[in-house]
Amino acid sequence: MTYLGLIEVYVFILAAFVGFMVITRVPPLLHTPLMSATNAISAISLVGSLVAAGADRNQVSTILGFVAVISATINAVGGFIITDRMLKMFRRKPGPGAGEPPP
Amino acid sequence: MTPRELLVQATYLTASILFILGLRSLTRADSARRGMQQAALGMVIAVCGTLLHHEIVSYRWILAGLVIGSIIGYPLGTKVPMTAMPQRIAISHVFGALAATLVGIAEYYTHLRDGVVISTPIMAALGFEVIFGALTVSGSFMAFSKLQELISGRPHTYRGQNVTNIGLFVATLAIFGYLLVNPGAARLFYVMVGMAFLFGFLLVLPIGGADMPVVISLMNSYAGLASSATGFAIGNNVLIIAGALDGASGFILSMVMSKAMNRSFGNVLFGAFGSTAAAGSAQGVEGLSVKAISVEDAAMQLAYARLVIVVPGYGLAVAQAQHVVRELADLIEKRGGEVKYAIHPVAGRMPGHMNVLLAEANVPYDRLVEMDEINSQFPQADVALVVGANDVVNPAARSDASSPIYGMPILNVDQAKGIIVLKRSMNPGFAGIENQLFYNEKTSMLFGDAKQSLTKLVAEVKGL
Repeated sequence: MTYLGLIEVYVFILAAFVGFMVITRVPPLLHTPLMSATNAISAISLVGSLVAAGADRNQVSTILGFVAVISATINAVGGFIITDRMLKMFRRKPGPGAGEPPP
Repeated sequence: MTPRELLVQATYLTASILFILGLRSLTRADSARRGMQQAALGMVIAVCGTLLHHEIVSYRWILAGLVIGSIIGYPLGTKVPMTAMPQRIAISHVFGALAATLVGIAEYYTHLRDGVVISTPIMAALGFEVIFGALTVSGSFMAFSKLQELISGRPHTYRGQNVTNIGLFVATLAIFGYLLVNPGAARLFYVMVGMAFLFGFLLVLPIGGADMPVVISLMNSYAGLASSATGFAIGNNVLIIAGALDGASGFILSMVMSKAMNRSFGNVLFGAFGSTAAAGSAQGVEGLSVKAISVEDAAMQLAYARLVIVVPGYGLAVAQAQHVVRELADLIEKRGGEVKYAIHPVAGRMPGHMNVLLAEANVPYDRLVEMDEINSQFPQADVALVVGANDVVNPAARSDASSPIYGMPILNVDQAKGIIVLKRSMNPGFAGIENQLFYNEKTSMLFGDAKQSLTKLVAEVKGL
Protein backbone atom coordinates (compact mmCIF):
# COMPACT_ATOMS: atom_id res chain seq x y z
CA MET A 1 0.00 0.00 0.00
CA THR A 2 1.59 3.26 -1.02
CA TYR A 3 -1.23 5.67 -0.31
CA LEU A 4 -1.43 7.14 3.15
CA GLY A 5 -4.72 8.82 3.84
CA LEU A 6 -5.49 11.47 6.37
CA ILE A 7 -7.97 9.01 7.82
CA GLU A 8 -5.10 7.13 9.49
CA VAL A 9 -4.03 10.28 11.24
CA TYR A 10 -7.59 10.67 12.55
CA VAL A 11 -7.59 7.09 13.77
CA PHE A 12 -4.28 7.61 15.56
CA ILE A 13 -5.31 10.81 17.27
CA LEU A 14 -8.69 9.50 18.35
CA ALA A 15 -7.16 6.27 19.66
CA ALA A 16 -4.55 8.25 21.57
CA PHE A 17 -7.36 10.32 23.11
CA VAL A 18 -9.26 7.22 24.14
CA GLY A 19 -6.01 5.85 25.56
CA PHE A 20 -5.41 8.98 27.62
CA MET A 21 -8.94 9.05 28.99
CA VAL A 22 -9.00 5.39 29.91
CA ILE A 23 -5.47 5.02 31.20
CA THR A 24 -5.41 8.09 33.45
CA ARG A 25 -8.14 6.31 35.41
CA VAL A 26 -6.07 3.17 36.02
CA PRO A 27 -5.03 3.19 39.70
CA PRO A 28 -1.31 3.01 40.58
CA LEU A 29 -2.13 -0.34 42.17
CA LEU A 30 -2.41 -1.84 38.69
CA HIS A 31 0.38 0.03 36.92
CA THR A 32 2.55 -3.04 36.43
CA PRO A 33 -0.28 -5.14 34.94
CA LEU A 34 -1.17 -2.10 32.81
CA MET A 35 2.32 -2.06 31.42
CA SER A 36 2.36 -5.75 30.59
CA ALA A 37 -1.18 -5.46 29.19
CA THR A 38 -0.38 -2.62 26.79
CA ASN A 39 2.71 -4.51 25.81
CA ALA A 40 0.73 -7.62 25.01
CA ILE A 41 -1.81 -5.56 23.08
CA SER A 42 0.84 -3.85 20.98
CA ALA A 43 2.06 -7.31 20.03
CA ILE A 44 -0.76 -6.93 17.48
CA SER A 45 2.14 -5.88 15.25
CA LEU A 46 2.06 -9.63 14.72
CA VAL A 47 -0.52 -9.06 11.96
CA GLY A 48 2.02 -6.95 10.06
CA SER A 49 4.71 -9.56 10.61
CA LEU A 50 2.42 -12.34 9.35
CA VAL A 51 1.92 -10.55 6.04
CA ALA A 52 5.66 -9.90 5.67
CA ALA A 53 6.45 -13.55 6.41
CA GLY A 54 3.74 -15.12 4.29
CA ALA A 55 3.36 -12.90 1.24
CA ASP A 56 6.30 -14.59 -0.48
CA ARG A 57 7.50 -11.29 -1.90
CA ASN A 58 11.24 -11.91 -1.58
CA GLN A 59 13.62 -13.80 0.62
CA VAL A 60 14.64 -10.82 2.75
CA SER A 61 11.05 -9.95 3.56
CA THR A 62 10.24 -13.57 4.38
CA ILE A 63 13.18 -13.99 6.74
CA LEU A 64 12.73 -10.64 8.50
CA GLY A 65 9.01 -11.34 8.72
CA PHE A 66 9.70 -14.77 10.16
CA VAL A 67 11.87 -13.34 12.94
CA ALA A 68 9.26 -10.61 13.53
CA VAL A 69 6.52 -13.25 13.83
CA ILE A 70 8.60 -15.03 16.49
CA SER A 71 9.22 -11.81 18.48
CA ALA A 72 5.62 -10.63 18.30
CA THR A 73 4.26 -14.08 19.21
CA ILE A 74 6.53 -14.19 22.26
CA ASN A 75 4.95 -10.94 23.44
CA ALA A 76 1.41 -11.88 22.56
CA VAL A 77 1.56 -15.27 24.28
CA GLY A 78 3.83 -14.35 27.18
CA GLY A 79 2.30 -10.90 27.68
CA PHE A 80 -1.30 -11.98 28.10
CA ILE A 81 -0.36 -14.94 30.29
CA ILE A 82 1.75 -12.88 32.66
CA THR A 83 -0.86 -10.12 32.84
CA ASP A 84 -3.45 -12.70 33.79
CA ARG A 85 -1.07 -14.20 36.35
CA MET A 86 -0.60 -10.82 37.97
CA LEU A 87 -4.26 -9.85 37.95
CA LYS A 88 -5.16 -13.17 39.52
CA MET A 89 -3.14 -12.14 42.58
CA PHE A 90 -4.99 -8.93 43.29
CA ARG A 91 -7.68 -9.79 45.78
CA ARG A 92 -9.65 -7.72 48.24
CA LYS A 93 -9.59 -10.44 50.88
CA PRO A 94 -6.80 -12.92 51.47
CA GLY A 95 -7.83 -15.99 49.53
CA PRO A 96 -6.63 -19.56 49.35
CA GLY A 97 -4.28 -20.92 46.76
CA ALA A 98 -1.51 -19.07 45.03
CA GLY A 99 0.59 -16.70 47.04
CA GLU A 100 0.58 -18.56 50.35
CA PRO A 101 3.78 -17.92 52.25
CA PRO A 102 6.21 -20.81 51.91
CA PRO A 103 6.14 -23.15 54.92
CA MET B 1 -13.86 -4.32 -1.08
CA THR B 2 -14.20 -8.07 -1.47
CA PRO B 3 -16.16 -10.03 1.16
CA ARG B 4 -12.92 -11.56 2.34
CA GLU B 5 -11.31 -8.17 2.92
CA LEU B 6 -14.43 -7.05 4.70
CA LEU B 7 -14.18 -10.04 7.00
CA VAL B 8 -10.53 -9.28 7.74
CA GLN B 9 -11.41 -5.66 8.56
CA ALA B 10 -14.25 -6.83 10.80
CA THR B 11 -11.85 -8.94 12.84
CA TYR B 12 -9.55 -5.93 13.21
CA LEU B 13 -12.39 -3.73 14.37
CA THR B 14 -13.49 -6.38 16.88
CA ALA B 15 -9.93 -6.64 18.19
CA SER B 16 -9.64 -2.85 18.55
CA ILE B 17 -12.86 -2.67 20.55
CA LEU B 18 -11.84 -5.56 22.80
CA PHE B 19 -8.43 -3.93 23.41
CA ILE B 20 -10.01 -0.67 24.54
CA LEU B 21 -12.51 -2.48 26.74
CA GLY B 22 -9.67 -4.57 28.17
CA LEU B 23 -7.71 -1.48 29.14
CA ARG B 24 -10.84 0.09 30.58
CA SER B 25 -11.34 -2.98 32.76
CA LEU B 26 -7.96 -2.22 34.35
CA THR B 27 -9.49 0.76 36.14
CA ARG B 28 -10.89 -1.72 38.67
CA ALA B 29 -9.03 -4.66 40.13
CA ASP B 30 -12.18 -6.82 40.28
CA SER B 31 -13.02 -6.53 36.60
CA ALA B 32 -9.49 -6.46 35.25
CA ARG B 33 -8.89 -10.14 34.73
CA ARG B 34 -11.96 -10.83 32.62
CA GLY B 35 -11.38 -7.69 30.54
CA MET B 36 -7.86 -8.69 29.69
CA GLN B 37 -8.94 -12.19 28.77
CA GLN B 38 -11.34 -10.63 26.29
CA ALA B 39 -8.49 -8.54 24.93
CA ALA B 40 -6.49 -11.73 24.43
CA LEU B 41 -9.44 -13.16 22.55
CA GLY B 42 -9.38 -10.02 20.40
CA MET B 43 -5.77 -10.76 19.54
CA VAL B 44 -6.60 -14.32 18.51
CA ILE B 45 -9.46 -13.07 16.32
CA ALA B 46 -7.22 -10.50 14.63
CA VAL B 47 -4.52 -13.08 13.95
CA CYS B 48 -7.04 -15.54 12.49
CA GLY B 49 -8.43 -12.74 10.35
CA THR B 50 -4.98 -11.87 9.08
CA LEU B 51 -4.37 -15.44 7.98
CA LEU B 52 -7.16 -14.86 5.45
CA HIS B 53 -5.31 -11.82 4.08
CA HIS B 54 -5.17 -12.00 0.28
CA GLU B 55 -1.42 -11.28 0.15
CA ILE B 56 -0.52 -14.31 2.23
CA VAL B 57 0.29 -17.22 -0.04
CA SER B 58 2.63 -19.37 2.04
CA TYR B 59 1.99 -20.51 5.60
CA ARG B 60 5.20 -22.41 6.21
CA TRP B 61 7.21 -19.60 7.80
CA ILE B 62 4.16 -18.21 9.55
CA LEU B 63 3.41 -21.48 11.28
CA ALA B 64 7.05 -22.03 12.22
CA GLY B 65 7.23 -18.50 13.66
CA LEU B 66 4.02 -18.86 15.62
CA VAL B 67 5.12 -22.19 17.07
CA ILE B 68 8.63 -21.04 18.01
CA GLY B 69 7.29 -17.79 19.47
CA SER B 70 4.73 -19.65 21.56
CA ILE B 71 7.33 -22.08 22.84
CA ILE B 72 9.53 -19.18 23.98
CA GLY B 73 6.67 -16.97 25.12
CA TYR B 74 4.83 -19.50 27.24
CA PRO B 75 7.52 -19.95 29.92
CA LEU B 76 8.16 -16.19 29.84
CA GLY B 77 4.55 -15.84 30.91
CA THR B 78 4.24 -18.68 33.39
CA LYS B 79 7.69 -19.12 34.93
CA VAL B 80 9.16 -15.67 35.53
CA PRO B 81 8.94 -14.79 39.24
CA MET B 82 7.28 -11.54 40.31
CA THR B 83 10.56 -10.25 41.72
CA ALA B 84 11.98 -10.35 38.17
CA MET B 85 9.06 -8.41 36.70
CA PRO B 86 11.01 -5.22 35.81
CA GLN B 87 13.51 -7.08 33.62
CA ARG B 88 10.70 -9.21 32.20
CA ILE B 89 8.87 -6.06 31.08
CA ALA B 90 12.10 -4.58 29.70
CA ILE B 91 12.82 -7.65 27.57
CA SER B 92 9.28 -7.69 26.21
CA HIS B 93 9.85 -4.14 24.94
CA VAL B 94 12.87 -5.54 23.06
CA PHE B 95 10.71 -8.16 21.32
CA GLY B 96 7.89 -5.75 20.52
CA ALA B 97 10.18 -3.12 19.06
CA LEU B 98 12.20 -5.73 17.19
CA ALA B 99 9.09 -6.98 15.40
CA ALA B 100 8.16 -3.43 14.37
CA THR B 101 11.68 -2.60 13.18
CA LEU B 102 12.03 -5.76 11.11
CA VAL B 103 8.66 -5.25 9.44
CA GLY B 104 9.71 -1.69 8.63
CA ILE B 105 12.98 -2.81 7.06
CA ALA B 106 11.19 -5.58 5.13
CA GLU B 107 8.66 -3.06 3.77
CA TYR B 108 11.34 -0.61 2.72
CA TYR B 109 13.44 -3.29 1.09
CA THR B 110 10.48 -4.74 -0.78
CA HIS B 111 9.30 -1.36 -2.04
CA LEU B 112 12.74 -0.52 -3.41
CA ARG B 113 13.26 -3.96 -4.91
CA ASP B 114 9.92 -3.89 -6.69
CA GLY B 115 10.65 -0.38 -7.92
CA VAL B 116 7.64 1.10 -6.11
CA VAL B 117 7.96 4.84 -5.57
CA ILE B 118 7.86 5.46 -1.82
CA SER B 119 5.69 8.48 -1.15
CA THR B 120 6.73 11.01 1.48
CA PRO B 121 4.04 10.02 4.03
CA ILE B 122 4.98 6.35 3.72
CA MET B 123 8.64 7.22 4.10
CA ALA B 124 7.79 9.26 7.18
CA ALA B 125 5.93 6.33 8.70
CA LEU B 126 8.74 3.89 7.87
CA GLY B 127 11.31 6.29 9.29
CA PHE B 128 9.48 6.74 12.58
CA GLU B 129 8.91 3.02 12.74
CA VAL B 130 12.55 2.01 12.41
CA ILE B 131 13.94 4.89 14.48
CA PHE B 132 11.61 4.34 17.44
CA GLY B 133 11.89 0.60 16.97
CA ALA B 134 15.68 0.36 16.78
CA LEU B 135 16.34 2.68 19.71
CA THR B 136 13.80 0.82 21.82
CA VAL B 137 15.39 -2.53 21.01
CA SER B 138 18.82 -1.43 22.19
CA GLY B 139 17.63 0.89 24.97
CA SER B 140 15.37 -1.75 26.48
CA PHE B 141 18.08 -4.34 26.15
CA MET B 142 20.38 -2.02 28.09
CA ALA B 143 17.70 -1.56 30.75
CA PHE B 144 17.21 -5.33 30.87
CA SER B 145 20.95 -5.91 31.31
CA LYS B 146 21.08 -3.44 34.18
CA LEU B 147 18.02 -4.87 35.91
CA GLN B 148 19.19 -8.45 35.43
CA GLU B 149 22.61 -7.27 36.68
CA LEU B 150 24.40 -8.53 33.59
CA ILE B 151 26.12 -5.17 33.83
CA SER B 152 26.36 -2.82 36.79
CA GLY B 153 23.20 -0.85 37.49
CA ARG B 154 25.23 2.21 38.35
CA PRO B 155 25.18 5.14 35.93
CA HIS B 156 28.05 5.01 33.42
CA THR B 157 29.14 8.50 32.59
CA TYR B 158 32.01 10.03 30.68
CA ARG B 159 33.00 13.47 29.56
CA GLY B 160 31.04 14.82 26.62
CA GLN B 161 28.37 12.16 26.95
CA ASN B 162 25.41 14.46 26.43
CA VAL B 163 27.05 16.18 23.47
CA THR B 164 27.75 12.78 21.86
CA ASN B 165 24.21 11.53 22.45
CA ILE B 166 22.47 14.65 21.26
CA GLY B 167 24.82 14.88 18.27
CA LEU B 168 24.05 11.29 17.30
CA PHE B 169 20.33 11.89 17.63
CA VAL B 170 20.42 15.05 15.54
CA ALA B 171 22.46 13.27 12.86
CA THR B 172 19.91 10.44 12.81
CA LEU B 173 17.11 12.97 12.33
CA ALA B 174 19.08 14.72 9.60
CA ILE B 175 19.35 11.47 7.64
CA PHE B 176 15.64 10.93 8.19
CA GLY B 177 14.97 14.38 6.75
CA TYR B 178 17.12 13.61 3.72
CA LEU B 179 15.31 10.31 3.15
CA LEU B 180 11.95 12.07 3.18
CA VAL B 181 13.09 13.92 0.06
CA ASN B 182 15.15 11.06 -1.42
CA PRO B 183 13.53 7.84 -0.24
CA GLY B 184 15.64 5.80 -2.63
CA ALA B 185 18.89 6.34 -0.73
CA ALA B 186 18.94 2.79 0.56
CA ARG B 187 22.38 2.85 2.12
CA LEU B 188 21.47 5.89 4.22
CA PHE B 189 18.30 4.16 5.39
CA TYR B 190 20.28 1.29 6.87
CA VAL B 191 22.83 3.68 8.36
CA MET B 192 19.93 5.49 10.02
CA VAL B 193 18.65 2.23 11.53
CA GLY B 194 22.12 1.48 12.84
CA MET B 195 22.51 4.95 14.34
CA ALA B 196 19.13 4.78 16.10
CA PHE B 197 20.17 1.39 17.45
CA LEU B 198 23.43 2.80 18.80
CA PHE B 199 21.60 5.81 20.23
CA GLY B 200 19.34 3.52 22.32
CA PHE B 201 22.39 1.98 24.01
CA LEU B 202 24.01 5.31 24.71
CA LEU B 203 20.77 6.85 25.96
CA VAL B 204 20.22 4.27 28.70
CA LEU B 205 23.91 3.69 29.56
CA PRO B 206 24.17 6.67 31.95
CA ILE B 207 20.83 6.03 33.67
CA GLY B 208 20.98 4.44 37.11
CA GLY B 209 18.78 1.74 38.61
CA ALA B 210 16.68 4.13 40.69
CA ASP B 211 15.56 5.92 37.51
CA MET B 212 14.50 2.70 35.79
CA PRO B 213 10.75 3.29 36.36
CA VAL B 214 10.93 6.29 34.03
CA VAL B 215 13.09 4.51 31.46
CA ILE B 216 10.85 1.44 31.33
CA SER B 217 7.75 3.62 30.95
CA LEU B 218 9.38 5.64 28.20
CA MET B 219 10.43 2.49 26.34
CA ASN B 220 6.86 1.23 26.70
CA SER B 221 5.70 4.37 24.98
CA TYR B 222 8.31 4.14 22.19
CA ALA B 223 7.50 0.48 21.52
CA GLY B 224 3.87 1.53 21.14
CA LEU B 225 4.69 4.39 18.80
CA ALA B 226 6.82 2.04 16.69
CA SER B 227 3.83 -0.30 16.37
CA SER B 228 1.61 2.61 15.47
CA ALA B 229 4.06 3.77 12.81
CA THR B 230 4.00 0.22 11.41
CA GLY B 231 0.26 0.62 11.09
CA PHE B 232 0.72 3.83 9.11
CA ALA B 233 3.34 2.22 6.88
CA ILE B 234 1.27 -0.81 5.95
CA GLY B 235 -2.12 0.88 6.20
CA ASN B 236 -3.47 -1.18 9.06
CA ASN B 237 -5.82 0.51 11.53
CA VAL B 238 -5.73 -2.03 14.34
CA LEU B 239 -1.97 -1.54 14.55
CA ILE B 240 -2.40 2.22 14.67
CA ILE B 241 -4.98 1.93 17.45
CA ALA B 242 -3.12 -0.61 19.58
CA GLY B 243 0.13 1.32 19.17
CA ALA B 244 -1.54 4.60 20.11
CA LEU B 245 -3.00 3.01 23.26
CA ASP B 246 0.40 1.63 24.21
CA GLY B 247 2.10 4.92 23.42
CA ALA B 248 -0.40 6.88 25.51
CA SER B 249 -0.06 4.46 28.40
CA GLY B 250 3.73 4.59 28.45
CA PHE B 251 3.66 8.36 28.20
CA ILE B 252 1.23 8.73 31.10
CA LEU B 253 3.27 6.35 33.24
CA SER B 254 6.50 8.19 32.56
CA MET B 255 4.81 11.47 33.50
CA VAL B 256 3.56 9.93 36.76
CA MET B 257 7.00 8.53 37.53
CA SER B 258 8.85 11.76 36.75
CA LYS B 259 6.43 13.70 38.90
CA ALA B 260 6.93 11.26 41.76
CA MET B 261 10.65 11.99 41.56
CA ASN B 262 10.15 15.71 41.04
CA ARG B 263 12.26 15.57 37.89
CA SER B 264 11.72 16.35 34.26
CA PHE B 265 12.11 13.86 31.42
CA GLY B 266 15.19 15.72 30.28
CA ASN B 267 16.71 15.54 33.70
CA VAL B 268 16.19 11.79 33.92
CA LEU B 269 17.56 11.16 30.44
CA PHE B 270 20.49 13.54 30.51
CA GLY B 271 20.95 14.20 34.23
CA ALA B 272 23.01 11.14 35.20
CA PHE B 273 21.59 11.09 38.71
CA GLY B 274 24.41 9.17 40.36
CA SER B 275 27.17 11.56 39.46
CA THR B 276 25.37 14.69 40.66
CA ALA B 277 24.35 12.90 43.81
CA ALA B 278 27.91 12.03 44.68
CA ALA B 279 28.90 15.66 44.27
CA GLY B 280 25.83 17.03 46.04
CA SER B 281 26.33 18.09 49.62
CA ALA B 282 24.52 16.00 52.14
CA GLN B 283 23.41 17.89 55.19
CA GLY B 284 25.94 17.08 57.90
CA VAL B 285 25.37 13.86 59.67
CA GLU B 286 28.68 13.80 61.50
CA GLY B 287 28.28 13.78 65.21
CA LEU B 288 24.85 12.21 64.92
CA SER B 289 24.53 8.60 65.91
CA VAL B 290 22.16 5.86 64.97
CA LYS B 291 20.37 3.71 67.49
CA ALA B 292 20.46 -0.04 66.94
CA ILE B 293 17.65 -2.19 68.25
CA SER B 294 17.52 -5.86 69.16
CA VAL B 295 15.09 -8.25 67.53
CA GLU B 296 13.35 -8.77 70.89
CA ASP B 297 12.69 -5.07 71.43
CA ALA B 298 11.54 -4.55 67.86
CA ALA B 299 9.17 -7.51 68.13
CA MET B 300 7.78 -6.08 71.36
CA GLN B 301 7.07 -2.71 69.72
CA LEU B 302 5.37 -4.34 66.75
CA ALA B 303 3.34 -6.78 68.81
CA TYR B 304 1.77 -4.08 70.95
CA ALA B 305 1.23 -1.53 68.18
CA ARG B 306 -2.29 -0.62 67.19
CA LEU B 307 -1.34 0.69 63.77
CA VAL B 308 1.75 -0.45 61.88
CA ILE B 309 2.58 1.06 58.52
CA VAL B 310 4.98 -1.03 56.45
CA VAL B 311 7.06 0.98 53.98
CA PRO B 312 8.46 -1.35 51.32
CA GLY B 313 11.22 -0.45 48.88
CA TYR B 314 13.43 -2.10 46.29
CA GLY B 315 15.28 -3.86 49.12
CA LEU B 316 12.13 -5.89 49.74
CA ALA B 317 12.28 -7.22 46.20
CA VAL B 318 16.02 -7.93 46.40
CA ALA B 319 15.62 -9.85 49.66
CA GLN B 320 12.43 -11.51 48.32
CA ALA B 321 10.94 -10.79 51.70
CA GLN B 322 7.34 -10.16 50.61
CA HIS B 323 5.98 -13.42 52.03
CA VAL B 324 7.65 -12.97 55.43
CA VAL B 325 6.34 -9.42 55.66
CA ARG B 326 2.85 -10.72 55.22
CA GLU B 327 3.41 -13.43 57.82
CA LEU B 328 4.50 -10.76 60.29
CA ALA B 329 1.49 -8.62 59.39
CA ASP B 330 -0.84 -11.59 59.96
CA LEU B 331 0.58 -12.09 63.44
CA ILE B 332 0.19 -8.42 64.31
CA GLU B 333 -3.39 -8.48 63.07
CA LYS B 334 -4.12 -11.61 65.03
CA ARG B 335 -3.05 -9.70 68.14
CA GLY B 336 -5.50 -6.92 67.32
CA GLY B 337 -3.23 -4.47 65.52
CA GLU B 338 -3.81 -3.00 62.10
CA VAL B 339 -1.27 -3.19 59.28
CA LYS B 340 -1.16 -1.00 56.19
CA TYR B 341 1.39 -0.68 53.44
CA ALA B 342 2.58 2.73 52.21
CA ILE B 343 3.28 2.58 48.49
CA HIS B 344 5.45 5.27 46.95
CA PRO B 345 4.96 5.54 43.17
CA VAL B 346 8.66 5.03 42.42
CA ALA B 347 9.44 2.46 45.10
CA GLY B 348 11.12 -0.38 43.22
CA ARG B 349 12.25 -0.51 39.63
CA MET B 350 9.04 -0.03 37.68
CA PRO B 351 5.58 1.48 38.11
CA GLY B 352 3.53 -0.59 40.54
CA HIS B 353 6.44 -2.90 41.44
CA MET B 354 5.64 -3.05 45.17
CA ASN B 355 1.95 -3.70 44.54
CA VAL B 356 2.58 -6.83 42.46
CA LEU B 357 5.09 -8.16 44.95
CA LEU B 358 2.77 -7.76 47.90
CA ALA B 359 -0.23 -9.03 45.97
CA GLU B 360 1.84 -12.10 45.19
CA ALA B 361 2.29 -12.60 48.92
CA ASN B 362 -1.50 -12.53 49.20
CA VAL B 363 -1.76 -9.10 50.80
CA PRO B 364 -5.30 -7.85 50.12
CA TYR B 365 -5.11 -4.84 47.84
CA ASP B 366 -7.16 -2.55 50.07
CA ARG B 367 -4.20 -2.56 52.48
CA LEU B 368 -1.90 -1.16 49.79
CA VAL B 369 -2.32 2.57 50.27
CA GLU B 370 -1.05 5.24 47.89
CA MET B 371 1.28 7.97 49.07
CA ASP B 372 -1.20 10.87 49.13
CA GLU B 373 -3.66 8.90 51.18
CA ILE B 374 -1.28 7.30 53.67
CA ASN B 375 0.77 10.40 54.43
CA SER B 376 -1.90 11.86 56.70
CA GLN B 377 -2.02 8.61 58.67
CA PHE B 378 1.63 8.42 59.74
CA PRO B 379 1.11 10.53 62.91
CA GLN B 380 -1.36 7.89 64.13
CA ALA B 381 1.02 5.01 63.39
CA ASP B 382 2.68 3.47 66.43
CA VAL B 383 5.37 1.93 64.28
CA ALA B 384 6.50 2.65 60.74
CA LEU B 385 8.43 -0.38 59.56
CA VAL B 386 10.79 0.55 56.72
CA VAL B 387 11.82 -2.51 54.68
CA GLY B 388 14.44 -1.78 52.06
CA ALA B 389 13.24 1.72 51.23
CA ASN B 390 15.63 4.65 51.37
CA ASP B 391 15.30 7.70 49.15
CA VAL B 392 11.49 7.65 49.22
CA VAL B 393 11.54 8.18 53.00
CA ASN B 394 14.41 10.67 53.18
CA PRO B 395 13.22 13.88 54.90
CA ALA B 396 15.99 15.77 53.09
CA ALA B 397 13.59 15.84 50.15
CA ARG B 398 11.48 18.27 52.20
CA SER B 399 14.08 20.19 54.12
CA ASP B 400 17.48 20.20 52.44
CA ALA B 401 17.52 22.41 49.34
CA SER B 402 21.04 21.23 48.47
CA SER B 403 20.01 17.58 48.33
CA PRO B 404 19.73 16.05 44.85
CA ILE B 405 16.32 14.67 45.78
CA TYR B 406 15.03 17.99 47.15
CA GLY B 407 11.41 18.54 46.21
CA MET B 408 10.63 14.90 45.57
CA PRO B 409 7.37 13.92 47.29
CA ILE B 410 8.16 11.41 50.04
CA LEU B 411 6.39 9.23 52.56
CA ASN B 412 6.23 11.10 55.88
CA VAL B 413 7.66 8.24 57.87
CA ASP B 414 9.34 10.65 60.28
CA GLN B 415 5.92 11.65 61.62
CA ALA B 416 5.21 8.18 62.98
CA LYS B 417 5.41 7.67 66.74
CA GLY B 418 8.11 5.06 66.34
CA ILE B 419 10.26 4.03 63.38
CA ILE B 420 12.03 0.75 62.79
CA VAL B 421 14.32 0.56 59.79
CA LEU B 422 15.49 -2.79 58.47
CA LYS B 423 18.81 -2.24 56.79
CA ARG B 424 21.82 -4.29 55.84
CA SER B 425 24.42 -1.74 56.87
CA MET B 426 24.92 1.99 57.12
CA ASN B 427 26.08 2.32 53.50
CA PRO B 428 24.12 5.09 51.84
CA GLY B 429 21.39 4.05 49.41
CA PHE B 430 21.60 3.71 45.67
CA ALA B 431 21.69 7.42 44.99
CA GLY B 432 24.50 7.79 47.51
CA ILE B 433 22.58 10.27 49.63
CA GLU B 434 22.75 10.25 53.42
CA ASN B 435 19.36 9.67 54.97
CA GLN B 436 18.45 11.94 57.90
CA LEU B 437 15.68 9.56 58.88
CA PHE B 438 18.20 7.03 60.21
CA TYR B 439 19.50 9.63 62.69
CA ASN B 440 16.05 10.63 63.90
CA GLU B 441 15.70 10.09 67.65
CA LYS B 442 12.52 8.07 67.06
CA THR B 443 14.32 5.73 64.68
CA SER B 444 15.71 2.35 65.65
CA MET B 445 17.84 0.43 63.20
CA LEU B 446 17.54 -3.32 62.93
CA PHE B 447 20.65 -4.36 61.03
CA GLY B 448 20.86 -7.45 58.87
CA ASP B 449 19.36 -9.02 55.77
CA ALA B 450 15.72 -7.93 55.54
CA LYS B 451 14.38 -11.43 55.09
CA GLN B 452 16.35 -12.87 57.98
CA SER B 453 15.42 -10.00 60.28
CA LEU B 454 11.76 -10.42 59.41
CA THR B 455 11.91 -14.17 59.95
CA LYS B 456 13.40 -13.57 63.40
CA LEU B 457 10.73 -10.95 64.14
CA VAL B 458 8.01 -13.44 63.18
CA ALA B 459 9.46 -16.02 65.56
CA GLU B 460 9.70 -13.45 68.37
CA VAL B 461 6.19 -12.09 67.94
CA LYS B 462 4.85 -15.65 67.89
CA GLY B 463 6.54 -16.31 71.22
CA LEU B 464 5.08 -13.27 72.97
